[in-house]
Amino acid sequence: MNLSPATRYLLRFLALGYLLLLLVVPVGLILWRTFAPGVGAFFESITTPAAVSALQLSLLVVAIVVPLNVVFGVPTALVLARNRFRGKSMLQAVIDLPFAVSPVVVGVALILLWGSAGVFGFVENDFGLKIIFGFPGIVLASIFVTIPYVIREVEPVLHELGTDQEEAASTLGSSTWQTFWRITLPSIKWGLMYGVVLTVARTLGEYGAVIMVSSNLPGISQTLTLLVSDRHNRGAEYGAYAISTLLMAVAVVVLIAQVILDARREKTDK
Amino acid sequence: MTAALNPETTRPELSGDTGPSRGFFKTRYGSTRLRVGVATTWLSVIVLLPLAAIVWQSAGGGWSAFWQAITTNGALESFRVTLTVSVVVAVVNLFFGLIVAWVLTRDDFPGKRYVDAIIDLPFALPTIVASLVMLALYGPNSPIGISLQQTIWGIGVALAFVTLPFVVRSVQPVLLELDREVEEAAASLGADNLTIFRLVILPALLPSLLSGAGLAFSRAIGEYGSVVLIGGAVPGETEVSSQYIRQLIEFDDRTGAAAVSIVLLLISFILLFILRTIGSRAAKREELAA
Repeated sequence: MNLSPATRYLLRFLALGYLLLLLVVPVGLILWRTFAPGVGAFFESITTPAAVSALQLSLLVVAIVVPLNVVFGVPTALVLARNRFRGKSMLQAVIDLPFAVSPVVVGVALILLWGSAGVFGFVENDFGLKIIFGFPGIVLASIFVTIPYVIREVEPVLHELGTDQEEAASTLGSSTWQTFWRITLPSIKWGLMYGVVLTVARTLGEYGAVIMVSSNLPGISQTLTLLVSDRHNRGAEYGAYAISTLLMAVAVVVLIAQVILDARREKTDK
Repeated sequence: MTAALNPETTRPELSGDTGPSRGFFKTRYGSTRLRVGVATTWLSVIVLLPLAAIVWQSAGGGWSAFWQAITTNGALESFRVTLTVSVVVAVVNLFFGLIVAWVLTRDDFPGKRYVDAIIDLPFALPTIVASLVMLALYGPNSPIGISLQQTIWGIGVALAFVTLPFVVRSVQPVLLELDREVEEAAASLGADNLTIFRLVILPALLPSLLSGAGLAFSRAIGEYGSVVLIGGAVPGETEVSSQYIRQLIEFDDRTGAAAVSIVLLLISFILLFILRTIGSRAAKREELAA
């Protein structure tokens, strides 16, 4: 189908105009407003005590969520890619479930399960472990929303990989762990890394689910995203922009990781 | 339901039945049953039990309490606002997403690679940052003098932003794979561009267009972070269901929050189920054609 130049330019104008108004100008505006008063002001704003403790808390959540997602995600991907078992399609559906659940509903679900008046309220009431409105709640909410990423990035790589190399290694006498460390893990390395990058980004960026289960106290249970809305609500607009810019840097890292990974995939396809 | 959700029926390569390797993995990697058990337990504790708690809570009051909770004025108004905006946003992104995907695959201009790379930015950006970003241009301090804060348009713009990549990314690969020879044949037989688009291109794109728009809609009805700053939660005007649920939790109306949550979950699940069915049908037709 060969379009006339007029139609082609019209379509190009519409597409770029839409992206400009919706994406480029608003994001550019935030960056401009962040750095207009100078880089010094930006650094001052992201190194206040509240900002530093929010960053530390967010990183602590990441440090717990990522290993758990890797430790449980990789074996789950392996079992999904390599074995047949009853209820496999159910398991597949459950893994995709978090993508379909509203963040606020995630929060409600956790409150109704782990809250002091919830189904598992005995954990807080009898053992004194405060989950909702405490740190464990933030971790549980973050794992809920990130659980699909590692599994969904690793599983297709395992399918493509097949089992020939692993079988060869085992024929040559390597143990299960040797095969995993020397054959399987190096092959799924890139998919796993991208899954981890997505997990980190989503954990740092999650807002709806976390605000439902967090007491939002600066220095105790306020993550970076909660700090953004807190600063905005207190009228500290510049402070909110500065933290947003910091979080945007994480998003840009994700996009770069994606470009690199796509390039590597194309290379291996050729 | 499980039959249609089963990816094995649509993608045979997922079945994992690779002949002799089955025995190999059973012996080399420990028992399958143990590994399946661990995976199932993990997912149950994190995902299924919390969702079951919602069902448990809303079932506690019986059917009449559930019905009452989802038919209060506030709930109905929030559903109306949420569904209206989400449908409009899905349609707008269907239209512009198709144009963007078209321009990215069929047109060529300097910097196209960068345009292609920034499409995914809304997915990578935290929702609260998306909200702030929208507020910067379309809020009270807007440099272009348009303030959409506390209007339904503000919610629409924010949702259009976060759901932008869905249609583009689902249509783009199909458009790339499309057989140009069929279009050329149609053109040589005297069909004009509009006819070719309507009869050759659009039918081929339809499953991916619907799937992209459906995913965008499903994301839009649950959104919270991106609308919270620009929306302002004016009941009956800009209060979406997720904000209404948050309010119910703050008033300690747990049964009400659970009931409204179930409605949102059901809409999402039914929609995704329909999309999977459409997807697997399209895949089967493709297989037959190939």
